[in-house]
Amino acid sequence: MKRHLISAADLTRDDAVLILDTAEEMARVADRPIKKLPTLRGRTICNLFFEDSTRTRISFEAAEKRLSADVINFAAKGSSVSKGESLKDTAQTLEAMGVDAVVIRHSASGAPYRLATSGWIDAPVINAGDGTHQHPTQALLDAFTMRRRLVGRDAGLGKGLDGRRITLVGDVLHSRVARSNVDLLHTLGAEVTLVAPPTLVPVGVETWPCEVSYSLDEVLPKSDAVMMLRVQRERMNAAFFPTEREYSRRYGLDSARMAKMPEHALVMHPGPMVRGMEITAEVADSDRCTVVEQVANGVSVRMAVLYLLLGGSEPAVTTPAAARTEENK
Amino acid sequence: MDAQAAQLQHDDATRPVLEAQDIARVLTRIAHEIVERAKGADDVVLLGIPTRGVFLARRLAAKLEEITGNKIPVGSLDITMYRDDLRMKPARAIGRTEIPGDDIDGRLVVLVDDVLFSGRTIRAALDALGDLGRPRAVQLAVLVDRGHRELPIRADYVGKNLPTSLRETVKVQLQEEDGRDAVLLGQGLDQAGARR
Repeated sequence: MKRHLISAADLTRDDAVLILDTAEEMARVADRPIKKLPTLRGRTICNLFFEDSTRTRISFEAAEKRLSADVINFAAKGSSVSKGESLKDTAQTLEAMGVDAVVIRHSASGAPYRLATSGWIDAPVINAGDGTHQHPTQALLDAFTMRRRLVGRDAGLGKGLDGRRITLVGDVLHSRVARSNVDLLHTLGAEVTLVAPPTLVPVGVETWPCEVSYSLDEVLPKSDAVMMLRVQRERMNAAFFPTEREYSRRYGLDSARMAKMPEHALVMHPGPMVRGMEITAEVADSDRCTVVEQVANGVSVRMAVLYLLLGGSEPAVTTPAAARTEENK
Repeated sequence: MDAQAAQLQHDDATRPVLEAQDIARVLTRIAHEIVERAKGADDVVLLGIPTRGVFLARRLAAKLEEITGNKIPVGSLDITMYRDDLRMKPARAIGRTEIPGDDIDGRLVVLVDDVLFSGRTIRAALDALGDLGRPRAVQLAVLVDRGHRELPIRADYVGKNLPTSLRETVKVQLQEEDGRDAVLLGQGLDQAGARR
């Protein structure tokens, strides 16, 4: 892995497993009376949010604060960006202020990559979602949740998700969560199936390391986890399906469909949920649904990513073996 | 060529300072000392510092159990996140922190580590303990004290005092991790490489 986290596809299996294992230790901090570590004391991290996202921003903020970093929150709305400032100028301002890392969310696919590779800024860049491209920490927290539930909290350490069958359902076309998850789950050894209306399957999906099906009912009985994706109305510029009702009937998850899943199978959702459309309230509130758990795990996974990218003089994930030997000295 | 090879071998040579039976004897002595000082070890919690400190803590707990007849709680305390040299080296993989029972409030915590050197690891461990609770007292047990302290820290129980030069290395091997029990004194590593 490079010193930035731009795409889930950049992670090797060793990188991904190291992040998940580190997150497992970070999760223990959340159980303590004092939920704080001095690890990133004196480091400044800027959360650069050009697109609204309360959930992801506060998750990153919680992770940064638990590691004792100083946090600057930047929201594009009401900032000089709305007066016409470019990404380059914003980046150079942050560089001049001595920011140690930038967490960026942008509505344009590729904005974090541009920020990381253009030389405008020296600090590590963490992608917190760019357009319809990638959302790597979301994929990591999903994989973390699946590993915990399907393999076990302690039994999962050092392991991937080999042979598990994961199904992603819904608006794949507009979903950065789907793209990141396909990349990461494949890296971790899982078999991924996408289920979506033909209009919401992206062009070129045949090059992705996954299968595509149009029938949810056929795939459900052989899934270890089913992740429902949000229908992203704000990104829809055409009529991709006739009515919400029809979408819900063919691709929504209700209790009758949930009953077809194996006993141990999970229901996941990256949030925010549109109840009644992708998922019924009954399923969303059931024990099998991990939505709330995913939020808690998000903080642990982001702590792990921040620690591994910022905790040393160089990213640990480039040399996990060397880092381990070092510890034993 | 032969002379060079012999020289190399000499540089790499390691000399055992403690063998398996010495380590067992030393741990038995430390266990007795703990019981004596804690007047029975009723509220003792042993916390090993990964990796080898944890194995030593478990062995000490077994010995304490033999002596007192009570079960002694053992855990591990990873100090990676509390180190003061995080920014000087690549980020390290994080070890396991496990606190036995409910908490350490009001207990006598005995930290267990293999080698006491600069004292920075122990300082980090004390910081970590401060975030976990408020023990009645904290004591330190180490298998080897090799000197060269950089902080005012002293062990309460020492297996062996081993005056070393900074050029020498001290390597502890334990059955659980390395397949044999030994403390080896070596030559030739530079100062930075030898530092914990």
